[in-house]
Amino acid sequence: MERRSPAFTLFVYAAAALLGVCLVLPIFWLFVMSVSPASDLAAKPLRWWPEHLDLSRYRLLLTWAENTTGKDFLSALRNSLTVAGMAVAAALAVAVPAAWAVSRRPSIEWSLQVLIMTYMLPPVALAVPLYMGLAALGLLNSVFGLALIYLSILAPFTTWLLKSGFDAIPRDLEAAAAIDGARLDQTLRIVILPLAAPVLSTAALFALLLAWDEFFYALLFTADQRAKTVTVAIADIAGGRIADYGLIAAAGVLAALPPLLIGALMQRAIVAGLTGGGVKG
Amino acid sequence: MTSTRTDLRAWALMLPLLVVILGVVSWPLASTVHLSLTDAGMAARSGNFVGLGNFTRNLGSGAFRAAFVNTAWFTAVSVSAELVLGVLAALLLNQEFRGRSFLRALMILPWALPTVVNAILWRLIYNPEYGALNSALYQLGLIDAYRSWLGQPSSAMMAMVVADVWKNFPLVGLISLAALQSVPRETLAAAIVDGAGPWARFRHVMLPYLAGPLMIAIVLRTIEAFKVFDIVWIMTRGGPANSTRTLSILVYQEAFSFQRAGSGASLALIVTLVVMMLAVAYVAIMRRTALRV
Repeated sequence: MERRSPAFTLFVYAAAALLGVCLVLPIFWLFVMSVSPASDLAAKPLRWWPEHLDLSRYRLLLTWAENTTGKDFLSALRNSLTVAGMAVAAALAVAVPAAWAVSRRPSIEWSLQVLIMTYMLPPVALAVPLYMGLAALGLLNSVFGLALIYLSILAPFTTWLLKSGFDAIPRDLEAAAAIDGARLDQTLRIVILPLAAPVLSTAALFALLLAWDEFFYALLFTADQRAKTVTVAIADIAGGRIADYGLIAAAGVLAALPPLLIGALMQRAIVAGLTGGGVKG
Repeated sequence: MTSTRTDLRAWALMLPLLVVILGVVSWPLASTVHLSLTDAGMAARSGNFVGLGNFTRNLGSGAFRAAFVNTAWFTAVSVSAELVLGVLAALLLNQEFRGRSFLRALMILPWALPTVVNAILWRLIYNPEYGALNSALYQLGLIDAYRSWLGQPSSAMMAMVVADVWKNFPLVGLISLAALQSVPRETLAAAIVDGAGPWARFRHVMLPYLAGPLMIAIVLRTIEAFKVFDIVWIMTRGGPANSTRTLSILVYQEAFSFQRAGSGASLALIVTLVVMMLAVAYVAIMRRTALRV
């Protein structure tokens, strides 16, 4: 490597500090707002550091009582978990056999490429017929209806990720299992899936983040506590007549916590998945 | 085992996935195509066949053209800014310095923050009375009165672009960083020995490795940006004076607010076609440049 001049080293550290501040400051400010007393947030100019810690918004949002913001918010968290959980489980269930088939029969890979293209479709292009279809099936304002739609978003790209994982598993292992008389499903379950565990968990977490983030379909297809997800619930809180910005911020912090934790835990896998899968494709 | 039999088995394993996509994507899409040729409303679903009437009327309307320009502007400015900032961040993170892996870990945060939370966060920052931006600029003496950043057509779109760029440039940065790290050290060292300056090293040594992954990132970001809905809906709902109304918002309003399902469907298909043309154009450019670099 080239030896760096002191001026350049100084520049690198200054740029790194600037980048770090840019990345963290907005999220940190969201947190500060969520624990600042309402009077601090309504000061002109703002009081940047809270006079005292105010945790009342978190108490309000996390208390389950009839006809409260807390109940709305907690049921939205529950719905988000249910919908995302069901959609991710179903996506993996359809993606595992499909990914294995494409990985072992490259002649049908074009079919997966066609399915990946569905990613280009704007959700608005499907929204009206989906609305009518869900209404006909009685699945409007239902976690099952929403999970079904999320399944169609998650399944193609989950299959794609799994396929690149399966590609790395040598075929000899399956041949050996076949000689020992294992059926296809046994080979998959006993030989392939354990080896593919890392890519399976990456795909599942990716899918979970995507499902948790979804807003458009949830906005259209859910109406109340039975099915509203957390993205719709915080949009409601932010769009309502609530004068306390700290409450909006606290709801944002709580909704962001699970994906931020997942992101922090799997940062290496995310980068590998985004580049590895993307570059090879 | 014959090849046809294994092919059949492979198709059988694909079947559940195919059924899901046929039922939840292909059928609705076909249905949208059908709707777009009718004057159906949301309540009475069977409309009269009007041929390409919806398309010609919408393509000629001022609302469509304004939304198209807004969307194109949003896409062009955000994606270019994300590209430049992303590559700069990657070049920085490719240097050796203390705290580098921590900084790289921080790059995940904006990407992992839910889109809706990001939009709400920036709406709070831009708040005309109590927002952090107003307060900070005022205290620094850069403005002498609070402004309504999202309330004025002149600044609303730019404010939204900033929020989108903040969330998405780290992703471009991480993809670029992974590409930069695949540049062989010997090649780079040889270029330095040969007296290549920083720009020549970037252009002739790093860019060939960067081009492919970066192109994929640009295609994905462009498609996403052109479909933008969430951030606009939360921050401005297309206002003020429709200055931030993008195509997805226009389709939503046409189909669900004004209950014109047929007309909304035709608009949605126009958006889909534009996105597809963008993707095809990018892939063509990518193939051509891949030969050149």
